[in-house]
Amino acid sequence: MLAKRIIPCLDVTAGRVVKGVHFVELRDAGDPVEIARRYDEQGADELTFLDITASSDDRGILFRIIEQVAEQVFIPLTVGGGVRQVEDVRNLLNAGADKVSINTSAVLNPQLVADAARRYGSQCIVVAIDAKQIQPGRWEVFTHGGRKATGLGVVEWAKKMQALGAGEILLTSMDRDGSKIGYDLQLIRAVTDALEIPLIASGGAGTLQHLADGVKLGGADAVLAASIFHYGEYTIQQAKQYMAQQGIVVRL
Amino acid sequence: MVDIAIIDYGMGNLRSVYQALRTVAPTASIVVTDDPQEVDQAARVVFPGQGAMPDCIRELDMRGLRAAVLHAARTKPFLGICIGLQMLFEHSEEGDIPGLAILPGRVVRFTSNLRDAQNNKLKVPHMGWNQVQHGNHPLWEGIDQNARFYFVHSYYVCPQDAQFVQATSCYPQPFVCAVARDNLFAVQFHPEKSQGAGLMLLKNFVNWMPV
Repeated sequence: MLAKRIIPCLDVTAGRVVKGVHFVELRDAGDPVEIARRYDEQGADELTFLDITASSDDRGILFRIIEQVAEQVFIPLTVGGGVRQVEDVRNLLNAGADKVSINTSAVLNPQLVADAARRYGSQCIVVAIDAKQIQPGRWEVFTHGGRKATGLGVVEWAKKMQALGAGEILLTSMDRDGSKIGYDLQLIRAVTDALEIPLIASGGAGTLQHLADGVKLGGADAVLAASIFHYGEYTIQQAKQYMAQQGIVVRL
Repeated sequence: MVDIAIIDYGMGNLRSVYQALRTVAPTASIVVTDDPQEVDQAARVVFPGQGAMPDCIRELDMRGLRAAVLHAARTKPFLGICIGLQMLFEHSEEGDIPGLAILPGRVVRFTSNLRDAQNNKLKVPHMGWNQVQHGNHPLWEGIDQNARFYFVHSYYVCPQDAQFVQATSCYPQPFVCAVARDNLFAVQFHPEKSQGAGLMLLKNFVNWMPV
């Protein structure tokens, strides 16, 4: 049976892995290449790198990080942050990314998703959606690292991205990000049920039970987490064993 | 002489295939090439593929690589990966187009509304780590039964002839994920992204001496 995936997320700025709460208050978590290697050894199913500043100086650093990781780690690598044109997708793939995640630019220019999927295949195009609850059972898409409202409904937007060729959706609850109180399960359930393509749940995982809930209750195909792995609270292996005990199929 | 040629026809990223081969064969000369002559001269050929099969076939022909692929598939250790497996067959539902027809059979899509035994929805593409039930071909040496490999695909192959099937996986029904004939071996999953088991398969390919 296909395993549910556990994906550690490395937010990178100026060559370091950091983690914030509600998208701000950054805290240093270490060297990205070292951390990537450690997660690979622990059995991570994929790795996601998000360039959270995406300034032009940092860009060169990010490319070198991806190149170094891709030389040593043979699991899928997703890279996102600051992807504005098809050329950015190409450059990241050439650096060693297997998938590229598009967020703000998908809203500003949805055609970018279609063009990139057409050129490189849906399998390497992930659309990242930052969602904020605006009323019970209704969520809105935010961009620019969660600062700008778009007026777009999350479920409709995810379906549109699927139709344009996205191969996967990375869904982050801004209300929960960094909070460690658990994923927004209602949000995940609403979006995953509306999609044919896989969904990665993100934002709020603070315990191993939260990861299991994302899959069992939320219906996510993969769960993404940062803080609980970065600061050594749990290893990926512990997370997988816990999920396996709950009857979830994982790669052990 | 080049030991391993990775055929590059402009579809997607071949860096990870290169890196993985480099890791299992540190002293081999490995090239990523779109030059038919270089493919002809290489001792072993890797035929990867990403994206949509109609684009892959078109780009292959635009670069004049079809004859080199057909020749390599007949004459030397040859490894197809993902769309590089699908293209070997006669026809694909993706774009309703003919393939390279090296092996008899068709490529079909996973049906929508797939459900598992607990009635959970199964997404397409089939993406992630799935278990592989394999035969006893030399390329499986040292790889456990039911080892997990990384897949990402919406179409799968239906070989006409069961004797060429070298592995299956389930989603939720069994589907063929590896085939072999003489000097040719091809897989649906991505060995270059399948950690230890994937590297082992690539290492076995590099050392493979088909009779």
